[in-house]
Amino acid sequence: MEDALMYGRLQFAFTITFHYLFPILTMGLALLIVWFKARFLQTGDELYNEAARFWMKIFALNFVMGVVTGIPMEFQFGTNWARFSELTGSVVGQTLAMEGLFSFFLESAFLGMFLYGEKLLGPRLHFASAVLVLLGSWLSGFLILATNAWMQHPVGYEVLANGKFVLKHFGELFGNPWLWPAFLHNQAASLTTSSFVVAAVGAFYLLSQRHEAFGRLFLRTGLFFGLAASVLVAFPTGDWVAKNVVRYQPATFAAMEALFETEQSAELVLIGQPNMVEKRLDNKIALPGFLSFLTYQQWNMEIKGLEEFPEEDHPTNIPGLYYAYHIMVGLGTLFIGLMFWGAYLFYRRRLFAYRPWLWLVMFMTPLTYIANLAGWYTAELGRQPWLVYGLLRTNQGLSPVVSAGNTLFTFLGFVGLYVLLGLTFLALFGKIVYQAGKAK
Amino acid sequence: MELFWYAVLCFMLTIYILLDGFDFGAGIVHLFLAKDEESKRDIHRAIGPFWDANEVWLIAAGGVMFAAFPALYASAFSGFYLPLMILLWLLIFRALGLELRELVHHSMWHQLWDFLFGWSSLLLALFYGLALGNVVRGVNLGGFEAGSSLYDSNYFFLPLWNSSLSPLAERLGVVDWFTLLLGLIALLALSLHGAAWILFRTESALHERLRRLIPFGAILLLLLSLATLFIWRKIRPEALQNYEEMPWLWFFPLLMLAGVLGLIFLKRFSGAGKAFLFSSLFIGGGLVSTALSMYPVLLPSTNAIHPDITAFNAGLDPSGMRVANIWFAVGITLVAGYFVLLFRVFRRRLKGGH
Repeated sequence: MEDALMYGRLQFAFTITFHYLFPILTMGLALLIVWFKARFLQTGDELYNEAARFWMKIFALNFVMGVVTGIPMEFQFGTNWARFSELTGSVVGQTLAMEGLFSFFLESAFLGMFLYGEKLLGPRLHFASAVLVLLGSWLSGFLILATNAWMQHPVGYEVLANGKFVLKHFGELFGNPWLWPAFLHNQAASLTTSSFVVAAVGAFYLLSQRHEAFGRLFLRTGLFFGLAASVLVAFPTGDWVAKNVVRYQPATFAAMEALFETEQSAELVLIGQPNMVEKRLDNKIALPGFLSFLTYQQWNMEIKGLEEFPEEDHPTNIPGLYYAYHIMVGLGTLFIGLMFWGAYLFYRRRLFAYRPWLWLVMFMTPLTYIANLAGWYTAELGRQPWLVYGLLRTNQGLSPVVSAGNTLFTFLGFVGLYVLLGLTFLALFGKIVYQAGKAK
Repeated sequence: MELFWYAVLCFMLTIYILLDGFDFGAGIVHLFLAKDEESKRDIHRAIGPFWDANEVWLIAAGGVMFAAFPALYASAFSGFYLPLMILLWLLIFRALGLELRELVHHSMWHQLWDFLFGWSSLLLALFYGLALGNVVRGVNLGGFEAGSSLYDSNYFFLPLWNSSLSPLAERLGVVDWFTLLLGLIALLALSLHGAAWILFRTESALHERLRRLIPFGAILLLLLSLATLFIWRKIRPEALQNYEEMPWLWFFPLLMLAGVLGLIFLKRFSGAGKAFLFSSLFIGGGLVSTALSMYPVLLPSTNAIHPDITAFNAGLDPSGMRVANIWFAVGITLVAGYFVLLFRVFRRRLKGGH
């Protein structure tokens, strides 16, 4: 790969990876804050409002990090992927502009009211502003996924003689069969992570005995939302997404599963390393027939292997894609297991004192972030070698005027800056959590 | 269609500068005049609920540019690569300076973020003036040098500066004396705008000093603006062509004049919001006047070989954007509603000592 392309891809991958860490929490936590405010309005119990105020502080910190790391993303389409922008702007420019116009304004205006206006607004209007922040953040997710869905599965367009894409049917952008499964799957994943974060903070308060009331409330809330979300992210939403991949991106599906040869009753690989030289999996543990069954609900269905597609149309990094996918699924399974176990302990009234589970939920919370990212790496590595699937290759979208040197320079800058921002965020997050629990 | 989206883009960028501009200005006042905790807190609370929503106008305008004029978006964002990256860093530090300051109660933490907030606000104001200067001066589209073109027709790449710092050289840079002049004007205008916002929103101890400084700043602003107008005509003789054809357009430069005169004679006006009205007239009038002068050009070409990027060759797809007319109308109405609500909820002026 030429340097300019490699650095351009690295910079985009790095900046979007770091940026996305924050919306993951924003979207799910917005829902949980609305939940706390709603319970406060229903029951009048101050604890719920205090919980909302605590999580508001975390939310504000997380949100500003998301905003500052998000602006480089909008700019980067133009700075480093100018040809892509020039050719597809009439289509994806619209969904991106809509995200700005409809979601960002909604989120930011009402977050301002939410953070600064509790006394001025009164409890009902304050709750309403929380709901609108939630709506804005989920709408943002929806619109960015509409953009991504078009790139993964272009619809409603026409290509002109000069290669430019123009929009023919606006409605098809939102009726894109790729969009809704991806969106629902993404939101379930976000809610899973946020539930874990809330539960983990609760676990910390119980283990450290710094705030018994918060500990129990956060743990309960995180457990039940987390149980629902971790199941939904696998079934049915994960299943729907996978069915889209096998249908619209069969080469990607084959790569994800490291299925080099077409198989009639394809096995589901649990573990194994793709060997790109010998075109097989090393150290494989697999369930016979299960891949066909999961995909088509029949044991005997054919799944195409990589051999069916010209090599230039294979995803450019097959081992990366394979591992991303398997890490996501493996971790997702662990999350479901942990949540069910937690629910059982809760039912037996043992959860709040059961230290092993409390420690586990704390340590597994960073893994929820990794699972989210692994999912996105599956989607985006899976989209390669295309920017617009089947129509525009990644190497055709790069900015013609930006040199490799300039890209490397700005990429290194982002790495340095974001490492600092990440450390600052973690320190401040820890401080907020630690200080809210003055020995109660 | 072309006129509509040109107007939309200019409108959104103007609103952005009018809104986030007072945030920058407040940051500049914070940097130079707010020496005690109380003044700093006044400024923070004057802009705190608003800055994030204000900043969104930039993002939304960028998105509209991407959708309506993708060739301009592609050309300008890649051509101004390094300045845009610098802009991103400044926006990051401005935001963090505002939001992280109060999270740790230690004077060193406060000093660090105050410094970053103040200087990034100042540099942002300067920067947007530089950006306006570049757009107005034009760029070397196609990278035409020594008889041949380096790039396709609508692409260019500007280094941060050229060796002569001249806007008339063949090799242009982002920073030259003309763009710096506009940067200075922006810095001055937005400082006044921020000061005016503080007068409007607070009852801070800063008021007396601000009321004394504003008229002086405004006089300087008037002189610099007049100088720039003459210089601009020299650099781009066609600058006033639209005005010659449609003399009623002079209304907007007159608004500018009214604004800056109002600031100079601020003592004669009572009411907390007058200064802000005048600074808004100057900035709004100025940006609209510039847009009117340039229409339909979006990004001029400084060479004779490659044409200007205009609303008519910037990739606008009329049939695809027809539906955008609708969602834009809906969206902008909603946004107006949010802002009315936001400014109404926080309409009570902050008493000192809160």
